[in-house]
Amino acid sequence: MTNQERTNRKERNIRGLLFGIASVAVTGVVLIILFVFKEGWPVLFKYGPVALFTGKVWQPMTADYGMLPLIVGSTYVTLIALVIGVPLGVGCAVFLAEIASETIGKMIRPAINLLAGIPSVVYGFFGLVLLVPFLRMTVGGLGFSLLAGGIILAIMILPTIISVSEDAIRATPREYKEASLALGANHWQTIYKVLIPAARSGIMAAVVLGMGRAIGETMAVIMITGNTPLIPKSLFEPGATLTGTIGQEWAYASGEHAGALFTVGILLFGLIMIINSIALFLFGKKVES
Amino acid sequence: MDLKVKAQQFNLYYGNFQALKEINMEIFPKTVTALIGPSGCGKSTFLRSLNRMNDLIDTVRIEGRIILDGNNVYDPKTDVVALRKKVGMVFQKPNPFPMSIYDNIAYGPRVHGIKDKLRLNELVERSLIGAALWDEVKDRLQSPALRLSGGQQQRLCIARLLAVEPEVLLMDEPASALDPISTGKIEDLIGELKKNYTIIIVTHNMQQAARISDHLGFFLLGSLVEYGLTEKVMTNPERKETEDYLTGRFG
Amino acid sequence: MRRITKYTQGLAFVLLWVTALITIGFLLLIVFFILKEGLPSVNWEFLTAYPRRMGREGGIFPTIIASLYLTLASLVIATPIGIGAAIYLTEYTREGAGTKIIRFATEILAGVPSIIFGLFGFAFLVTFLKLGFSILSGAITLALMLLPTIIRTAEEAIKSVPNSYREGSLALGATKWVTIAKVVIPAALPGIVTGIILGVGRAIGETAAVWLTVGGALRLPISIMDSARPMTLHLYTLAAEGLSLPRAYATASILIICIWIINTVANLLMARFSLKLRAQFFHGEFEAAFCDKAISGG
Repeated sequence: MTNQERTNRKERNIRGLLFGIASVAVTGVVLIILFVFKEGWPVLFKYGPVALFTGKVWQPMTADYGMLPLIVGSTYVTLIALVIGVPLGVGCAVFLAEIASETIGKMIRPAINLLAGIPSVVYGFFGLVLLVPFLRMTVGGLGFSLLAGGIILAIMILPTIISVSEDAIRATPREYKEASLALGANHWQTIYKVLIPAARSGIMAAVVLGMGRAIGETMAVIMITGNTPLIPKSLFEPGATLTGTIGQEWAYASGEHAGALFTVGILLFGLIMIINSIALFLFGKKVES
Repeated sequence: MDLKVKAQQFNLYYGNFQALKEINMEIFPKTVTALIGPSGCGKSTFLRSLNRMNDLIDTVRIEGRIILDGNNVYDPKTDVVALRKKVGMVFQKPNPFPMSIYDNIAYGPRVHGIKDKLRLNELVERSLIGAALWDEVKDRLQSPALRLSGGQQQRLCIARLLAVEPEVLLMDEPASALDPISTGKIEDLIGELKKNYTIIIVTHNMQQAARISDHLGFFLLGSLVEYGLTEKVMTNPERKETEDYLTGRFG
Repeated sequence: MRRITKYTQGLAFVLLWVTALITIGFLLLIVFFILKEGLPSVNWEFLTAYPRRMGREGGIFPTIIASLYLTLASLVIATPIGIGAAIYLTEYTREGAGTKIIRFATEILAGVPSIIFGLFGFAFLVTFLKLGFSILSGAITLALMLLPTIIRTAEEAIKSVPNSYREGSLALGATKWVTIAKVVIPAALPGIVTGIILGVGRAIGETAAVWLTVGGALRLPISIMDSARPMTLHLYTLAAEGLSLPRAYATASILIICIWIINTVANLLMARFSLKLRAQFFHGEFEAAFCDKAISGG
């Protein structure tokens, strides 16, 4: 009996230990929220969210923390990334799921994996040495611009969009496709009238996930957008994003300025939470259908 | 004769579904008891009740008692680990671990604290001999168990059991996934094993039950409809359902 | 009419081919452009010499060590936690409120941008816990970032271990923990290792979070409390401050080659053990979560 009690106690202890370990993720999230809010809260409270999020001047020297330029900058680069990345990514996903032979798929997928694995700082560097000079030569100006940031982000979010969309398309029931083909529809009609609509929420989720990645990306945009916190008049002008501003200014910021960067962090965190919730919701829908 | 296992008014529920209904059964030591019946009749569930493998399913609820050597298996004070050591189980599909042949057999003894290399060697050899597998594998004890044929894997699983020195062997259709020759070997083995062990076997195969068992239990819709000496049940069943089943009228 | 639809299909397929070619084109452009400019500068001296004049001259030896040090330290933290959490989620608990919270937290971690991790590490580890800019601060931050990948892959690997192994072991009288430690984990090891390798790739490539927590001292890190500058951050500094373009190209080349090797190893492992974990490459934890639901629901 004592033997059994000892075994039971040991099993209970292991279970407890594992529960503790599994809770680390929860603790981590709580600590992240706690400390980003703790640091960012004073500025948020002092100036108020409305003034901060709609203020047009970001000038820490004069204690102006209007974040609208950064919000506009992040919005622009993200929209550019989606405008370029979504058609390319979804197209590539359809190609992989429906058209490519197994051999071609086997050649392309590792390439996309590599694209996903390349560090963001390398993307930034690539943008800096190739895209920025190219834009400077072709459209003039500095080359450092929201457009350059958006283009590089488009490449960076391609793997996310491709993989998630491809899985969504592959997850559509085989019967749909067979039924459509049996009715005399050709392959392309089947793809765009049956498969893509059926995979809609999965593809939407892919787009939303790509959006989250674009908004959250730091190093690449820091290196090529120019980090100028002014509301841009055109896409060819330099701008600044939420992430880029934190990255650019944290090293020398102090006092209230540092606090303001954490307030930017709160805003960023909130946006990401909203975006990811939408993605989760879309995945939920996909499961139901 | 003393009883080895005794089920008393045993009920088992999966959630709201009653899978076993008032089972009363007496099993004698060093005999082979076969449980037969159509799929879903509860015979496997009953078998898994004897070593509490059903505990792994959360929604299972138990009433009644299963007595093993005078002790209730479902007593809260029962040491499940010791119980499973005493009541070994062979599964429908051979399930050797992805380890060497030697490590598969030595797994149980090691788990129960035997570390001495010589002792382990001896146990491995004795178990493999006991399961009639020694001659086939003695030269490749370190090769992966998964490389053995299906029939060999099943005998390996039996050898793995013997190494923890059980008293009761539960077999859940141990030959259903095997070819006729391997099946024959398993049946011969069961005949050998019953000299030392109490064996309870679930089978779909009536001829097999007739060949190897001393007692026969017929399950239907969760109830033990008929139970007795195999010869008696086979040739002269008391219940109409048993006769219908034996003559192939349903199942 | 038939002819028009046929032309439409032809045109559409050509366009789909073009999207795939453009995607591959981007990769080839980036990889070849950087390797072409960078590889000529990569030599033994570059790899083993210390940088001089802030990196304008000399090699990148300390930054390679810093990258390895950080990666190793973060994995030492994240691996046991990740595997432990995966064991708890798959073997010790039923799906309920508790697991929902843990999974939700894991998903949040997977989605949080690295700069936020950086802010957190800076505020909590560097400043509040007074760990300073150090390998330790960076490793803890990185470990949190790697957790989702390691937990997910380990969970998938553990789930793919046949139940018959568990039954076989339990029926021999082994306890639950012994069964997990001696049968389940060894059988799941290839999948678990794949997750760790993917973690290595992410740790080596990470920049922003590391920047805010490790600082950027350009010297050889010895103690875990030393500040350091990993390769990614060095590349950023070289490029953004215009210190040395050839050295920036060479550093970028080394990073690309590292990632390529890591991906290849992970691919081989996955192909060999036919684990369907492709989503992990894309930080696609949501997708994996979806698969889980689909599987456990079935």
